Amino acid sequence: MGILEVKDVNKNFGGLKALSNVNLSVAENSVHAIIGPNGAGKSTLLNCLVGKLIPDTGSVMFDGQSVLGRKPHEINQMGISRVFQTPEIFGDLTVFENVMIPCFAKRDGEFRLHAVEGMMNEAEIVEEAERMLIDVNMIDKRHAHSASLSRGDKRRLEMAMCLVQQPKLLLLDEPTAGMARADTNNTIDLLKEIRDKRDITMAIIEHDMHVVFSLAERITVLAQGTPLVEDVPENIKGHPKVQEAYLGEAA
Amino acid sequence: MFGLNKKDSTLLLIVAGLVLLAPFLLNPFPEGSAMAQFNAGYPDLMQRFVIFGIFAIGFNILFGLTGYLSFGHAAFLGVGSYAAMWMFKLFGMNVLPALALSILMSGLFAVVIGYVSLRRSGIYFSILTLAFAMMSYALAYSVLAADMDGPDQQGLLQKGLTGGETGLQLTLDDPRILGQQTAGDGNLPVPSLFGLEMRSASELNVGDWVFTFSAGYYFSAIVMLLSFYLSIRIFRSPFGLVLRSIKSNQQRLSYTGMNPKPYMLAAFVISGMYAGLAGGLMAAMDPLAGPERMFWTASGEVVLMTILGGVGTLIGPVLGAGAIKYMENILSKINSDILHSWFAFLPDGLEDFVVTLIYPFIGKGWHLTLGIIFMLVVIFLPGGLVEGGQRIARAMRRKKQTASDDDTKAKQPAE
Ligand SMILES: Nc1ncnc2c1ncn2[C@@H]1O[C@H](COP(=O)(O)OP(=O)(O)OP(=O)(O)O)[C@@H](O)[C@H]1O
Ligand SMILES: [Mg+2]
Repeated sequence: MGILEVKDVNKNFGGLKALSNVNLSVAENSVHAIIGPNGAGKSTLLNCLVGKLIPDTGSVMFDGQSVLGRKPHEINQMGISRVFQTPEIFGDLTVFENVMIPCFAKRDGEFRLHAVEGMMNEAEIVEEAERMLIDVNMIDKRHAHSASLSRGDKRRLEMAMCLVQQPKLLLLDEPTAGMARADTNNTIDLLKEIRDKRDITMAIIEHDMHVVFSLAERITVLAQGTPLVEDVPENIKGHPKVQEAYLGEAA
Repeated sequence: MFGLNKKDSTLLLIVAGLVLLAPFLLNPFPEGSAMAQFNAGYPDLMQRFVIFGIFAIGFNILFGLTGYLSFGHAAFLGVGSYAAMWMFKLFGMNVLPALALSILMSGLFAVVIGYVSLRRSGIYFSILTLAFAMMSYALAYSVLAADMDGPDQQGLLQKGLTGGETGLQLTLDDPRILGQQTAGDGNLPVPSLFGLEMRSASELNVGDWVFTFSAGYYFSAIVMLLSFYLSIRIFRSPFGLVLRSIKSNQQRLSYTGMNPKPYMLAAFVISGMYAGLAGGLMAAMDPLAGPERMFWTASGEVVLMTILGGVGTLIGPVLGAGAIKYMENILSKINSDILHSWFAFLPDGLEDFVVTLIYPFIGKGWHLTLGIIFMLVVIFLPGGLVEGGQRIARAMRRKKQTASDDDTKAKQPAE
C-alpha cells in the first residue's frame, strides 16, 4: 500500500473526459513523477487530491484515510501541500510574511484567535521562516513585496511555503517552469536535499525531462486522461507508447 | 511601548497628544471673529469626531484587512445605542455597564449577520449585509416599536423595544433599579461615570479665546485611544496577518491549511463590536436612540470615511471620520448671509457673482463638496489622506536632501 492510493478516478468536464479510470499508487518516501502532453489531465488529477475538484467516481486515499469530501484546509492539515502550476502566493504580503503563514497554519491548526499577540513574541516562527528562506536562497529578498518577484522566484517562494510545513506528501505542478537554468538546478538540489534529510513523499508533474530524470524514482505517463505506463525512469525513456503519446501531440 | 514597535508607539503618542489637546487645536480662532465659524472645538462635535473615529477604526479591521466590504455596519451602531439605552432605563445611568452591553449585543448580532453574510464574498456579501441592516432598520422603525405590554397598560414596553420613529428615550418612570429614578432636581438623570456627568464641562477663557473641556469628550477620547491601541495590536498580530492574507489570496490560505471562515467571522464580529461601542457612546453622550442610526446612509458614511482617510492604514479611518464630520457640521452651517459678509469688500456685482458660485457647495450643499473631494481623493490619492500625507512628507524629505546636497557641493570647492 502506498501513502497515496488513487483508484478508478473519473472526471468529466461536460463531454470532455479529463480523467478516465486513473489508478495511481505512490509509495511512501518516494519521488513519483507524472508526465504527459499538455491537456493530459495531470493538473486535474492533483486538483482531485487537494479538494479543489471532486472526482465523479473513484476513491482517493491518503495515509489510510479518504480525502474526498474534505475541505482544502483539512486536506492540508492531513499533511498534503501543493505547489500550483501558476504560482499561488499572497501577492500583497512580503516574502517573509508569505512564509510565516504556513508556519502558523502548521503550529495552530486551521483556526486560532491570536489577535493581540505581537510578532515579536513569535520567535520560533520567525526563526523557522528565516531558516526556510535561507534554504531556498531568498533571505535577501525577505522584505520584498511578493507580487513584484520574478516568476521563478514566485515559484521558489511557493515551494518554500509548502516545504516549511514539512508535509508528508508534497505535490509539485511544474515547479521549474519559468525558471532560469541555474535556478532549476538549485531547485533540483533543494528537493534532493529535502528528500534525503527527512521523510517526505513527492509527486511531481514536470515537462522538463532533466528535472524528471534527476529526481523521480517512478514515472507515470498520462495521456488523454488515462495512465499509459508506469515504470522506473530507465524503462520509460525509450518506451514506444511514451514516444507515441508525445509525438502524437506534436503531430 | 505597550508591546508596540517604535513607529507604532510614536503614532499612538501623536494621536493621543492631538486628541487630548483637541479643545485647543480645534479652536484656533478667537470668539466673535469672522473665522470663528470654522472652530470645531465644541464638545458636541469633538465627541462626534472620536465616536465616528471608533466606528471607522472598527470598520477598517474588516474592510481594510480582509477586503470584505460590509454595507450594513450601521446596524451594529444602532444595536449598540439601543442596548445602552436599555441599560440606562433598567439599571442606572453609569456608562460603563451600558457600553459593556452595547458591545455584547452588537457582538451577538454580528455573529448571526456575519455567519449568514460570509457564505458569500464580493458584491454578494455587501448586498447581504445591506439587506440585514435594512431589515434591522425596518424592525426598529415599526415591528419592534409596537405596543408590547398590552393595550391597557402604560408600562416600559408601551412603545416597544425601540420607540419607533421618535426613538427610545428615558422617562421618569424607568425603573433604574441600581440608580436613582429621578435626579435630585426632579429632572431626568443624565449618563455619568461614577457620578461624573457626561454633559458636564468647564470653560477656560484666554483673551478672546474660549476653550471648553467636556467630561463626555474626554471619556469618549480615552475610549477611542484604547480602541485605536487595540486595533494596532490586531493589525500587527498573527491574526491580522492571516486577515491580510485572506484579502490577498483566500484560496492559497485554504490550501495552506487555515480555514478562512472563522477568521472572517472573528474579524466581522470584532468590527461589529467596535460599531456597537460607538453606538453605545452616542447614547451615553446624548441619551436617545432612533432607527435612523441604522439607515443605509449611515452604513455608507463609514465606508466613505475609511476610503477617504486610507483603507487598511492605521490612522486613515480616524482622519476620514474627522474630515467628514467637520464638513458636515461646519460647511453646512455657512449660509448666504455669511458668504455675503465675507465678500462684502468686492464690488456689488462681483460679490453676488462669487457668492452664487460658492453657494451650491455650502449649507445643504455640503454633500456636493464631500462628493467632489471624495472623487478627487479616490482618483488622485487611492491611498486616501494618509497617502497624501506620505507624499508630502516624502517631497519635503527629498527637498531637504537636495538642500543638504547643495550645501555639500557648495562647500567642496573650499576644501
Ligand atoms: N475546471 C475545468 N473546467 C473545464 N475543463 C477543464 C477544467 N480543468 C481542466 N480542464 C480541461 O481538462 C483537460 C486536462 O487539463 P489539465 O489542466 O489537467 O491538463 P495538464 O495535463 O495539466 O496540462 P498542462 O501540461 O498544459 O498543464 C484539458 O482539456 C482542460 O482544458
Ligand atoms: Mg497542468
